Amino acid sequence: MIEKFRETSFIIRQEEIAKDVYSLWLKTGQMTDYTVPGQFINIYSRDGSRLLPRPVSICEVDHRERALRVVYRVVGKGTKEFSGYHTGRKLEILGPLGNGFPLKEKKAFLIGGGVGIPPMLYLAKELQCEKQILLGYRDETFLTEELKKYGQVYVATEDGSSGVHGNVLDIIRTKQLEAEIIYACGPLPMLKAVKEYAKEQGIEAWISMEERMACGIGACLGCICKSKDTDEHTNVKNKRVCKEGPVFLAEEVELS
Amino acid sequence: MNTKINLAGVELKNPVMTASGTFGSGAEFCEFVDLNKLGAVVTKGVSSEPWEGNPTPRIAETYGGMLNAIGLQNPGVDLFIKRDLPFLKQYDTKVIVNVCGRTTEQYCEVVERLAEQPVDLLEINISCPNVKEGGIAFGQNPQMVEEVTKEIKKYARQPVIMKLSPNVTDITEIARAAEAGGADAVSLINTLTGMKIDVNRRKFALANRTGGLSGPAIKPIAVRMVYQTAKAVKIPVIGMGGIQNAEDALEFLLAGASAVSVGTANFSNPYVTEEIASGIEEYMEKNGITDIQELIGAVTE
Repeated sequence: MIEKFRETSFIIRQEEIAKDVYSLWLKTGQMTDYTVPGQFINIYSRDGSRLLPRPVSICEVDHRERALRVVYRVVGKGTKEFSGYHTGRKLEILGPLGNGFPLKEKKAFLIGGGVGIPPMLYLAKELQCEKQILLGYRDETFLTEELKKYGQVYVATEDGSSGVHGNVLDIIRTKQLEAEIIYACGPLPMLKAVKEYAKEQGIEAWISMEERMACGIGACLGCICKSKDTDEHTNVKNKRVCKEGPVFLAEEVELS
Repeated sequence: MNTKINLAGVELKNPVMTASGTFGSGAEFCEFVDLNKLGAVVTKGVSSEPWEGNPTPRIAETYGGMLNAIGLQNPGVDLFIKRDLPFLKQYDTKVIVNVCGRTTEQYCEVVERLAEQPVDLLEINISCPNVKEGGIAFGQNPQMVEEVTKEIKKYARQPVIMKLSPNVTDITEIARAAEAGGADAVSLINTLTGMKIDVNRRKFALANRTGGLSGPAIKPIAVRMVYQTAKAVKIPVIGMGGIQNAEDALEFLLAGASAVSVGTANFSNPYVTEEIASGIEEYMEKNGITDIQELIGAVTE
Protein backbone atom coordinates (compact mmCIF):
# COMPACT_ATOMS: atom_id res chain seq x y z
CA MET A 1 0.00 0.00 0.00
CA ILE A 2 1.30 3.42 -0.97
CA GLU A 3 1.91 5.68 2.01
CA LYS A 4 0.48 9.20 2.14
CA PHE A 5 1.58 11.90 4.53
CA ARG A 6 0.02 15.14 5.65
CA GLU A 7 2.94 17.37 6.53
CA THR A 8 3.74 20.94 7.46
CA SER A 9 6.39 21.85 4.90
CA PHE A 10 8.65 24.88 4.86
CA ILE A 11 9.35 27.00 1.82
CA ILE A 12 13.04 26.74 0.93
CA ARG A 13 12.72 29.18 -1.96
CA GLN A 14 10.24 30.39 -4.53
CA GLU A 15 10.76 32.28 -7.78
CA GLU A 16 8.77 33.30 -10.83
CA ILE A 17 10.40 31.47 -13.77
CA ALA A 18 8.04 32.77 -16.47
CA LYS A 19 5.06 35.10 -16.41
CA ASP A 20 2.67 33.72 -13.73
CA VAL A 21 4.68 30.46 -13.52
CA TYR A 22 6.31 29.81 -10.15
CA SER A 23 8.95 27.34 -9.00
CA LEU A 24 8.57 26.38 -5.35
CA TRP A 25 10.98 24.19 -3.34
CA LEU A 26 9.53 22.74 -0.14
CA LYS A 27 11.31 21.07 2.76
CA THR A 28 9.19 18.03 3.57
CA GLY A 29 9.25 15.16 6.03
CA GLN A 30 9.29 11.49 5.02
CA MET A 31 6.84 12.13 2.14
CA THR A 32 9.71 12.38 -0.35
CA ASP A 33 10.90 8.85 0.53
CA TYR A 34 7.85 7.54 -1.31
CA THR A 35 7.36 9.76 -4.38
CA VAL A 36 7.60 8.61 -7.99
CA PRO A 37 7.39 10.69 -11.20
CA GLY A 38 3.86 11.57 -12.27
CA GLN A 39 2.47 11.84 -8.75
CA PHE A 40 1.09 15.03 -7.24
CA ILE A 41 0.63 16.70 -3.88
CA ASN A 42 -2.26 18.64 -2.38
CA ILE A 43 -1.38 22.12 -1.16
CA TYR A 44 -3.79 23.61 1.37
CA SER A 45 -4.72 27.28 1.46
CA ARG A 46 -4.18 29.22 4.68
CA ASP A 47 -7.32 31.23 3.95
CA GLY A 48 -10.42 29.70 5.54
CA SER A 49 -12.62 30.84 2.67
CA ARG A 50 -10.80 28.40 0.38
CA LEU A 51 -11.60 24.91 1.61
CA LEU A 52 -10.21 22.71 -1.10
CA PRO A 53 -6.59 21.74 -1.57
CA ARG A 54 -4.86 22.59 -4.86
CA PRO A 55 -3.49 19.48 -6.58
CA VAL A 56 -0.06 20.21 -8.09
CA SER A 57 2.23 17.76 -9.89
CA ILE A 58 5.69 17.06 -8.50
CA CYS A 59 8.42 18.60 -10.65
CA GLU A 60 11.50 17.35 -8.86
CA VAL A 61 12.51 15.60 -5.64
CA ASP A 62 15.73 15.79 -3.67
CA HIS A 63 15.45 12.51 -1.80
CA ARG A 64 18.59 13.06 0.24
CA GLU A 65 17.54 16.50 1.47
CA ARG A 66 13.88 15.49 1.70
CA ALA A 67 12.87 18.42 -0.47
CA LEU A 68 10.27 18.62 -3.19
CA ARG A 69 9.76 21.06 -6.05
CA VAL A 70 6.53 22.06 -7.73
CA VAL A 71 6.14 24.39 -10.69
CA TYR A 72 2.67 25.84 -11.08
CA ARG A 73 0.82 28.55 -12.92
CA VAL A 74 -1.23 31.19 -11.09
CA VAL A 75 -4.76 30.56 -12.33
CA GLY A 76 -6.95 31.65 -9.43
CA LYS A 77 -7.06 32.90 -5.87
CA GLY A 78 -5.49 29.79 -4.32
CA THR A 79 -2.41 29.72 -6.56
CA LYS A 80 -2.19 33.53 -6.28
CA GLU A 81 -1.99 33.08 -2.50
CA PHE A 82 0.80 30.48 -2.76
CA SER A 83 2.79 32.67 -5.16
CA GLY A 84 3.01 35.39 -2.50
CA TYR A 85 4.76 33.18 0.07
CA HIS A 86 8.46 33.52 0.78
CA THR A 87 11.28 31.44 2.26
CA GLY A 88 10.54 30.04 5.72
CA ARG A 89 6.76 30.16 5.38
CA LYS A 90 4.86 27.00 6.35
CA LEU A 91 2.60 25.22 3.88
CA GLU A 92 0.35 22.25 4.68
CA ILE A 93 0.71 19.53 2.07
CA LEU A 94 -0.54 15.97 1.52
CA GLY A 95 1.17 13.40 -0.62
CA PRO A 96 2.36 11.65 -2.54
CA LEU A 97 -0.96 11.22 -4.36
CA GLY A 98 -1.90 9.27 -7.47
CA ASN A 99 -0.14 6.46 -9.30
CA GLY A 100 2.73 7.93 -11.35
CA PHE A 101 4.31 6.89 -14.66
CA PRO A 102 5.58 3.34 -15.24
CA LEU A 103 9.33 3.50 -15.91
CA LYS A 104 10.14 1.44 -18.99
CA GLU A 105 13.45 1.16 -20.80
CA LYS A 106 12.34 2.03 -24.31
CA LYS A 107 13.18 4.85 -26.70
CA ALA A 108 10.79 7.46 -25.44
CA PHE A 109 8.99 10.68 -26.18
CA LEU A 110 8.45 12.80 -23.09
CA ILE A 111 5.78 15.28 -24.11
CA GLY A 112 4.75 18.22 -21.98
CA GLY A 113 2.41 21.10 -22.71
CA GLY A 114 2.37 24.26 -20.57
CA VAL A 115 2.17 23.38 -16.87
CA GLY A 116 2.14 19.73 -17.97
CA ILE A 117 5.91 20.17 -18.45
CA PRO A 118 7.01 20.16 -14.75
CA PRO A 119 6.32 16.43 -14.07
CA MET A 120 8.42 15.63 -17.17
CA LEU A 121 11.52 16.92 -15.38
CA TYR A 122 11.10 14.41 -12.55
CA LEU A 123 10.35 11.68 -15.08
CA ALA A 124 13.35 12.59 -17.27
CA LYS A 125 15.67 12.33 -14.24
CA GLU A 126 14.40 8.89 -13.25
CA LEU A 127 13.95 7.30 -16.66
CA GLN A 128 16.95 5.30 -17.91
CA CYS A 129 16.56 5.25 -21.71
CA GLU A 130 16.97 7.35 -24.85
CA LYS A 131 14.79 10.41 -24.27
CA GLN A 132 13.39 12.88 -26.77
CA ILE A 133 11.75 15.65 -24.80
CA LEU A 134 9.06 17.59 -26.67
CA LEU A 135 7.82 20.77 -25.03
CA GLY A 136 4.84 22.84 -26.13
CA TYR A 137 4.32 26.42 -24.98
CA ARG A 138 1.90 29.19 -25.81
CA ASP A 139 4.73 31.75 -25.92
CA GLU A 140 7.27 32.09 -23.09
CA THR A 141 9.36 28.98 -22.35
CA PHE A 142 10.42 27.59 -18.94
CA LEU A 143 12.34 24.54 -17.63
CA THR A 144 13.79 24.05 -21.13
CA GLU A 145 17.44 24.41 -20.08
CA GLU A 146 17.03 22.12 -17.08
CA LEU A 147 15.50 19.40 -19.24
CA LYS A 148 18.41 19.53 -21.71
CA LYS A 149 20.57 17.69 -19.15
CA TYR A 150 18.43 14.57 -19.52
CA GLY A 151 17.76 14.23 -23.25
CA GLN A 152 17.33 15.85 -26.64
CA VAL A 153 14.93 18.76 -26.16
CA TYR A 154 12.63 20.11 -28.89
CA VAL A 155 10.44 23.17 -28.40
CA ALA A 156 7.25 24.28 -30.09
CA THR A 157 5.45 27.56 -29.45
CA GLU A 158 1.99 28.57 -30.58
CA ASP A 159 3.16 32.07 -31.45
CA GLY A 160 6.34 30.87 -33.14
CA SER A 161 8.58 32.88 -30.80
CA SER A 162 10.91 29.90 -30.28
CA GLY A 163 11.36 26.44 -31.76
CA VAL A 164 8.79 24.99 -34.13
CA HIS A 165 5.79 27.23 -34.85
CA GLY A 166 2.88 25.06 -33.75
CA ASN A 167 2.40 22.24 -31.24
CA VAL A 168 4.27 19.17 -30.04
CA LEU A 169 2.85 16.98 -32.82
CA ASP A 170 4.25 19.46 -35.34
CA ILE A 171 7.71 18.79 -33.83
CA ILE A 172 7.37 15.05 -34.48
CA ARG A 173 6.26 15.68 -38.08
CA THR A 174 8.79 18.35 -39.03
CA LYS A 175 11.76 16.66 -37.34
CA GLN A 176 10.60 13.15 -38.38
CA LEU A 177 11.11 11.75 -34.89
CA GLU A 178 10.27 8.24 -33.75
CA ALA A 179 9.79 6.50 -30.41
CA GLU A 180 8.60 3.22 -28.90
CA ILE A 181 6.76 4.72 -25.96
CA ILE A 182 5.17 8.06 -25.06
CA TYR A 183 4.80 9.77 -21.70
CA ALA A 184 2.63 12.90 -21.86
CA CYS A 185 1.11 15.56 -19.65
CA GLY A 186 -0.68 18.67 -20.83
CA PRO A 187 -3.98 20.14 -21.96
CA LEU A 188 -6.76 17.88 -23.23
CA PRO A 189 -6.42 18.77 -26.96
CA MET A 190 -2.72 17.83 -26.76
CA LEU A 191 -3.49 14.53 -25.01
CA LYS A 192 -6.11 13.72 -27.66
CA ALA A 193 -3.58 14.34 -30.43
CA VAL A 194 -0.99 12.22 -28.59
CA LYS A 195 -3.47 9.38 -28.15
CA GLU A 196 -4.36 9.46 -31.84
CA TYR A 197 -0.70 9.56 -32.90
CA ALA A 198 0.17 6.64 -30.60
CA LYS A 199 -2.68 4.60 -32.06
CA GLU A 200 -1.52 5.33 -35.65
CA GLN A 201 2.01 4.30 -34.74
CA GLY A 202 0.90 1.29 -32.68
CA ILE A 203 2.94 2.37 -29.63
CA GLU A 204 1.93 2.67 -26.00
CA ALA A 205 1.17 6.12 -24.60
CA TRP A 206 0.90 6.98 -20.91
CA ILE A 207 -1.00 10.22 -20.37
CA SER A 208 -1.48 12.24 -17.22
CA MET A 209 -5.01 13.62 -16.83
CA GLU A 210 -6.35 16.64 -15.01
CA GLU A 211 -9.78 17.26 -13.46
CA ARG A 212 -11.37 19.39 -10.75
CA MET A 213 -10.76 17.61 -7.45
CA ALA A 214 -11.98 17.93 -3.90
CA CYS A 215 -10.31 15.32 -1.67
CA GLY A 216 -7.44 14.07 -3.86
CA ILE A 217 -7.54 10.65 -2.16
CA GLY A 218 -10.33 8.85 -4.01
CA ALA A 219 -13.27 9.44 -1.70
CA CYS A 220 -15.36 12.24 -3.19
CA LEU A 221 -15.64 10.97 -6.80
CA GLY A 222 -15.33 14.53 -8.08
CA CYS A 223 -12.45 13.95 -10.50
CA ILE A 224 -13.49 11.04 -12.68
CA CYS A 225 -12.67 10.45 -16.34
CA LYS A 226 -14.56 8.13 -18.65
CA SER A 227 -12.94 4.75 -19.20
CA LYS A 228 -13.23 2.26 -22.06
CA ASP A 229 -14.09 -0.62 -19.76
CA THR A 230 -15.87 -0.92 -16.44
CA ASP A 231 -13.47 0.10 -13.70
CA GLU A 232 -12.85 -2.46 -10.97
CA HIS A 233 -13.31 0.02 -8.14
CA THR A 234 -16.18 2.22 -9.34
CA ASN A 235 -18.00 -0.65 -11.09
CA VAL A 236 -18.95 1.81 -13.86
CA LYS A 237 -17.02 3.23 -16.82
CA ASN A 238 -15.42 5.93 -14.68
CA LYS A 239 -11.91 6.05 -13.26
CA ARG A 240 -10.81 8.34 -10.45
CA VAL A 241 -8.12 10.69 -11.77
CA CYS A 242 -6.67 11.15 -8.26
CA LYS A 243 -6.48 7.43 -7.41
CA GLU A 244 -6.38 5.12 -10.45
CA GLY A 245 -4.64 8.04 -12.22
CA PRO A 246 -3.58 10.68 -12.91
CA VAL A 247 -1.54 8.53 -15.33
CA PHE A 248 -3.49 6.24 -17.62
CA LEU A 249 -2.70 4.13 -20.65
CA ALA A 250 -4.22 6.35 -23.38
CA GLU A 251 -6.31 3.55 -24.90
CA GLU A 252 -8.01 2.86 -21.54
CA VAL A 253 -9.61 6.30 -21.22
CA GLU A 254 -12.12 8.24 -23.30
CA LEU A 255 -11.04 11.82 -23.95
CA SER A 256 -14.00 14.05 -24.66
CA MET B 1 -17.00 10.80 31.22
CA ASN B 2 -19.81 9.40 29.06
CA THR B 3 -19.80 10.31 25.38
CA LYS B 4 -22.14 7.50 24.34
CA ILE B 5 -25.36 8.40 22.61
CA ASN B 6 -28.35 6.31 21.71
CA LEU B 7 -29.63 6.58 18.18
CA ALA B 8 -32.94 4.79 17.68
CA GLY B 9 -31.83 1.94 19.95
CA VAL B 10 -28.28 1.76 18.58
CA GLU B 11 -25.51 2.85 20.91
CA LEU B 12 -22.72 4.97 19.41
CA LYS B 13 -19.49 5.44 21.41
CA ASN B 14 -19.60 9.14 20.57
CA PRO B 15 -21.78 11.44 18.46
CA VAL B 16 -19.28 11.93 15.61
CA MET B 17 -20.21 10.41 12.27
CA THR B 18 -19.16 11.01 8.65
CA ALA B 19 -21.47 12.70 6.16
CA SER B 20 -22.49 10.52 3.26
CA GLY B 21 -20.52 11.05 0.06
CA THR B 22 -17.50 12.67 1.68
CA PHE B 23 -15.90 9.58 3.18
CA GLY B 24 -16.41 6.81 0.60
CA SER B 25 -16.86 3.64 2.61
CA GLY B 26 -14.00 4.60 4.89
CA ALA B 27 -11.21 2.82 3.01
CA GLU B 28 -9.69 6.02 1.61
CA PHE B 29 -9.62 7.63 5.06
CA CYS B 30 -8.36 4.75 7.21
CA GLU B 31 -4.78 5.89 6.45
CA PHE B 32 -5.54 9.10 8.34
CA VAL B 33 -8.31 8.34 10.81
CA ASP B 34 -8.65 5.49 13.28
CA LEU B 35 -12.20 4.50 12.35
CA ASN B 36 -12.52 2.88 15.79
CA LYS B 37 -12.61 6.39 17.23
CA LEU B 38 -15.77 7.38 15.36
CA GLY B 39 -19.34 6.93 16.51
CA ALA B 40 -20.37 5.74 13.08
CA VAL B 41 -19.29 5.71 9.45
CA VAL B 42 -22.03 6.77 7.07
CA THR B 43 -21.31 5.39 3.61
CA LYS B 44 -21.60 6.98 0.20
CA GLY B 45 -25.14 6.49 -1.21
CA VAL B 46 -25.80 2.98 -2.52
CA SER B 47 -28.36 2.15 -5.20
CA SER B 48 -29.77 -1.12 -6.51
CA GLU B 49 -27.64 -0.95 -9.69
CA PRO B 50 -24.30 0.78 -10.35
CA TRP B 51 -24.76 4.49 -11.18
CA GLU B 52 -22.38 6.45 -13.43
CA GLY B 53 -23.16 9.88 -11.99
CA ASN B 54 -22.89 13.22 -13.78
CA PRO B 55 -20.38 14.54 -16.34
CA THR B 56 -17.41 16.61 -15.12
CA PRO B 57 -16.68 19.20 -13.84
CA ARG B 58 -18.47 17.93 -10.76
CA ILE B 59 -16.74 20.19 -8.24
CA ALA B 60 -16.47 23.95 -7.82
CA GLU B 61 -15.14 25.92 -4.89
CA THR B 62 -17.12 28.91 -3.60
CA TYR B 63 -16.42 31.39 -0.79
CA GLY B 64 -16.33 29.32 2.41
CA GLY B 65 -17.97 26.42 0.65
CA MET B 66 -18.06 24.15 -2.35
CA LEU B 67 -20.57 22.96 -4.92
CA ASN B 68 -20.74 19.34 -5.94
CA ALA B 69 -22.78 17.57 -8.56
CA ILE B 70 -21.44 14.03 -8.38
CA GLY B 71 -24.84 12.59 -9.22
CA LEU B 72 -24.66 9.71 -6.73
CA GLN B 73 -22.10 7.68 -8.63
CA ASN B 74 -21.81 4.35 -6.83
CA PRO B 75 -20.86 0.74 -7.56
CA GLY B 76 -24.29 -0.69 -6.73
CA VAL B 77 -25.45 -2.67 -3.72
CA ASP B 78 -24.00 -6.05 -4.79
CA LEU B 79 -20.38 -4.91 -4.94
CA PHE B 80 -20.98 -2.76 -1.86
CA ILE B 81 -22.03 -5.82 0.14
CA LYS B 82 -19.17 -7.90 -1.20
CA ARG B 83 -16.36 -5.36 -0.76
CA ASP B 84 -17.29 -2.38 1.43
CA LEU B 85 -19.24 -3.98 4.28
CA PRO B 86 -16.56 -6.58 5.09
CA PHE B 87 -14.01 -3.73 5.18
CA LEU B 88 -16.11 -1.71 7.62
CA LYS B 89 -16.80 -4.71 9.86
CA GLN B 90 -13.10 -4.87 10.75
CA TYR B 91 -13.65 -1.77 12.86
CA ASP B 92 -15.39 -1.16 16.14
CA THR B 93 -17.70 1.55 14.82
CA LYS B 94 -21.33 1.56 13.77
CA VAL B 95 -22.13 1.22 10.08
CA ILE B 96 -24.81 3.42 8.59
CA VAL B 97 -25.57 2.75 4.95
CA ASN B 98 -26.89 5.65 2.92
CA VAL B 99 -29.47 4.43 0.40
CA CYS B 100 -30.44 6.20 -2.83
CA GLY B 101 -32.95 5.42 -5.53
CA ARG B 102 -34.96 6.87 -8.40
CA THR B 103 -38.22 5.23 -7.36
CA THR B 104 -39.76 3.95 -4.12
CA GLU B 105 -39.23 0.42 -5.44
CA GLN B 106 -35.51 1.03 -5.89
CA TYR B 107 -35.10 2.30 -2.33
CA CYS B 108 -36.99 -0.75 -1.04
CA GLU B 109 -34.90 -3.10 -3.15
CA VAL B 110 -31.66 -1.84 -1.58
CA VAL B 111 -33.15 -1.83 1.92
CA GLU B 112 -34.28 -5.43 1.42
CA ARG B 113 -30.85 -6.50 0.13
CA LEU B 114 -29.28 -5.01 3.29
CA ALA B 115 -31.74 -6.68 5.68
CA GLU B 116 -29.45 -9.60 6.59
CA GLN B 117 -26.21 -7.64 6.32
CA PRO B 118 -24.00 -6.34 9.14
CA VAL B 119 -25.51 -2.85 8.98
CA ASP B 120 -26.55 -0.93 12.11
CA LEU B 121 -28.73 1.79 10.63
CA LEU B 122 -30.02 2.94 7.26
CA GLU B 123 -30.01 6.53 6.08
CA ILE B 124 -32.39 7.20 3.21
CA ASN B 125 -31.33 9.96 0.84
CA ILE B 126 -34.53 11.70 -0.23
CA SER B 127 -32.72 14.98 -0.68
CA CYS B 128 -29.97 14.79 -3.31
CA PRO B 129 -30.23 17.90 -5.48
CA ASN B 130 -28.11 16.45 -8.29
CA VAL B 131 -30.17 13.65 -9.80
CA LYS B 132 -33.17 14.22 -12.04
CA GLU B 133 -35.45 11.53 -10.65
CA GLY B 134 -35.71 10.39 -7.07
CA GLY B 135 -33.62 12.22 -4.51
CA ILE B 136 -34.95 15.67 -3.87
CA ALA B 137 -38.23 15.04 -5.72
CA PHE B 138 -39.20 12.81 -2.80
CA GLY B 139 -37.88 15.13 -0.16
CA GLN B 140 -39.77 18.32 -0.97
CA ASN B 141 -43.32 17.05 -0.61
CA PRO B 142 -44.55 16.04 2.88
CA GLN B 143 -47.07 13.52 1.56
CA MET B 144 -44.44 11.78 -0.55
CA VAL B 145 -42.01 11.76 2.37
CA GLU B 146 -44.56 10.05 4.57
CA GLU B 147 -45.46 7.52 1.88
CA VAL B 148 -41.89 6.62 0.94
CA THR B 149 -40.94 6.33 4.63
CA LYS B 150 -43.88 3.99 5.29
CA GLU B 151 -42.98 1.84 2.31
CA ILE B 152 -39.29 1.62 3.27
CA LYS B 153 -40.20 0.73 6.86
CA LYS B 154 -42.03 -2.35 5.58
CA TYR B 155 -38.75 -3.77 4.26
CA ALA B 156 -36.21 -2.38 6.71
CA ARG B 157 -34.73 -4.58 9.43
CA GLN B 158 -32.57 -1.76 10.76
CA PRO B 159 -33.70 1.59 12.16
CA VAL B 160 -34.36 4.13 9.39
CA ILE B 161 -32.97 7.67 9.28
CA MET B 162 -34.58 9.93 6.68
CA LYS B 163 -32.09 12.50 5.32
CA LEU B 164 -33.83 15.80 4.72
CA SER B 165 -33.34 18.58 2.21
CA PRO B 166 -32.96 22.22 3.28
CA ASN B 167 -34.40 23.26 -0.10
CA VAL B 168 -37.93 23.52 1.32
CA THR B 169 -40.08 26.29 2.81
CA ASP B 170 -40.59 24.60 6.18
CA ILE B 171 -38.27 21.74 7.12
CA THR B 172 -40.26 20.93 10.26
CA GLU B 173 -43.25 19.98 8.10
CA ILE B 174 -41.04 17.48 6.19
CA ALA B 175 -39.54 16.14 9.44
CA ARG B 176 -43.00 15.59 10.92
CA ALA B 177 -44.05 13.76 7.75
CA ALA B 178 -41.05 11.44 8.10
CA GLU B 179 -41.93 10.84 11.75
CA ALA B 180 -45.56 10.13 10.82
CA GLY B 181 -44.32 7.62 8.23
CA GLY B 182 -42.44 5.75 10.95
CA ALA B 183 -38.90 7.13 10.60
CA ASP B 184 -36.67 6.29 13.58
CA ALA B 185 -34.57 9.43 13.14
CA VAL B 186 -33.98 12.30 10.74
CA SER B 187 -30.68 13.74 9.53
CA LEU B 188 -30.23 17.25 8.19
CA ILE B 189 -29.20 19.21 6.31
CA ASN B 190 -28.30 17.86 2.90
CA THR B 191 -26.74 20.45 0.56
CA LEU B 192 -28.42 23.66 -0.60
CA THR B 193 -28.93 23.92 -4.35
CA GLY B 194 -26.54 26.50 -5.76
CA MET B 195 -24.86 27.71 -8.93
CA LYS B 196 -21.53 29.21 -9.95
CA ILE B 197 -20.67 30.91 -13.24
CA ASP B 198 -17.13 31.27 -14.59
CA VAL B 199 -17.14 34.85 -15.87
CA ASN B 200 -13.99 34.46 -17.97
CA ARG B 201 -15.36 31.53 -19.94
CA ARG B 202 -18.99 32.65 -19.48
CA LYS B 203 -19.92 29.08 -18.66
CA PHE B 204 -21.42 27.24 -15.72
CA ALA B 205 -18.70 26.04 -13.37
CA LEU B 206 -20.42 22.64 -13.12
CA ALA B 207 -21.46 20.46 -16.07
CA ASN B 208 -24.74 19.90 -14.23
CA ARG B 209 -25.22 23.71 -14.02
CA THR B 210 -26.46 23.44 -10.41
CA GLY B 211 -24.86 21.64 -7.52
CA GLY B 212 -25.18 21.15 -3.79
CA LEU B 213 -23.57 23.80 -1.61
CA SER B 214 -21.77 22.54 1.48
CA GLY B 215 -19.09 23.73 3.88
CA PRO B 216 -18.92 26.38 6.62
CA ALA B 217 -20.88 28.85 4.44
CA ILE B 218 -24.09 26.89 5.18
CA LYS B 219 -23.55 26.20 8.87
CA PRO B 220 -25.81 28.90 10.39
CA ILE B 221 -28.68 27.70 8.20
CA ALA B 222 -28.06 24.12 9.27
CA VAL B 223 -27.92 25.01 12.98
CA ARG B 224 -31.21 26.91 12.68
CA MET B 225 -32.93 24.04 10.88
CA VAL B 226 -31.64 21.45 13.37
CA TYR B 227 -32.90 23.61 16.23
CA GLN B 228 -36.36 23.98 14.65
CA THR B 229 -36.58 20.29 13.78
CA ALA B 230 -35.47 19.07 17.19
CA LYS B 231 -38.32 21.10 18.70
CA ALA B 232 -40.83 19.75 16.16
CA VAL B 233 -40.27 15.97 16.39
CA LYS B 234 -39.74 13.38 19.13
CA ILE B 235 -37.35 11.16 17.16
CA PRO B 236 -33.59 11.85 17.30
CA VAL B 237 -32.11 14.46 14.98
CA ILE B 238 -28.66 14.09 13.40
CA GLY B 239 -27.14 17.47 12.62
CA MET B 240 -24.78 18.36 9.81
CA GLY B 241 -23.81 21.22 7.54
CA GLY B 242 -20.43 22.93 7.58
CA ILE B 243 -18.97 21.34 10.72
CA GLN B 244 -15.21 21.97 10.72
CA ASN B 245 -14.20 21.53 14.34
CA ALA B 246 -15.40 20.46 17.78
CA GLU B 247 -16.89 23.88 18.49
CA ASP B 248 -19.10 23.61 15.39
CA ALA B 249 -20.16 20.09 16.38
CA LEU B 250 -21.06 21.30 19.88
CA GLU B 251 -23.28 24.02 18.38
CA PHE B 252 -25.35 21.32 16.71
CA LEU B 253 -25.58 19.25 19.90
CA LEU B 254 -26.70 22.31 21.87
CA ALA B 255 -29.27 23.05 19.14
CA GLY B 256 -30.79 19.62 19.77
CA ALA B 257 -28.87 17.14 17.61
CA SER B 258 -28.18 13.73 19.19
CA ALA B 259 -25.28 13.15 16.78
CA VAL B 260 -23.43 15.04 14.10
CA SER B 261 -22.01 14.26 10.66
CA VAL B 262 -18.82 15.81 9.32
CA GLY B 263 -18.62 16.17 5.56
CA THR B 264 -16.79 18.76 3.49
CA ALA B 265 -14.23 19.33 6.26
CA ASN B 266 -12.79 15.88 5.44
CA PHE B 267 -11.51 17.39 2.17
CA SER B 268 -9.67 20.24 3.91
CA ASN B 269 -8.30 18.04 6.67
CA PRO B 270 -8.44 14.24 6.40
CA TYR B 271 -7.89 13.89 10.16
CA VAL B 272 -10.80 16.13 11.11
CA THR B 273 -13.34 13.54 12.31
CA GLU B 274 -11.01 12.09 14.92
CA GLU B 275 -9.95 15.59 15.98
CA ILE B 276 -13.60 16.56 16.51
CA ALA B 277 -14.28 13.46 18.63
CA SER B 278 -11.36 14.28 20.94
CA GLY B 279 -12.21 18.00 20.90
CA ILE B 280 -15.69 17.26 22.25
CA GLU B 281 -14.14 15.26 25.11
CA GLU B 282 -11.78 18.14 25.92
CA TYR B 283 -14.72 20.55 26.01
CA MET B 284 -16.63 18.23 28.35
CA GLU B 285 -13.66 17.88 30.66
CA LYS B 286 -13.01 21.61 30.72
CA ASN B 287 -16.66 22.41 31.45
CA GLY B 288 -17.25 19.62 33.96
CA ILE B 289 -19.77 17.78 31.78
CA THR B 290 -19.90 14.11 32.79
CA ASP B 291 -22.52 12.93 30.33
CA ILE B 292 -22.91 14.18 26.78
CA GLN B 293 -26.69 13.98 27.21
CA GLU B 294 -26.38 17.13 29.32
CA LEU B 295 -25.43 19.03 26.16
CA ILE B 296 -28.09 17.83 23.76
CA GLY B 297 -30.61 20.63 23.21
CA ALA B 298 -29.14 22.54 26.14
CA VAL B 299 -29.07 25.96 24.49
CA THR B 300 -30.77 28.61 26.62
CA GLU B 301 -32.11 32.11 26.02
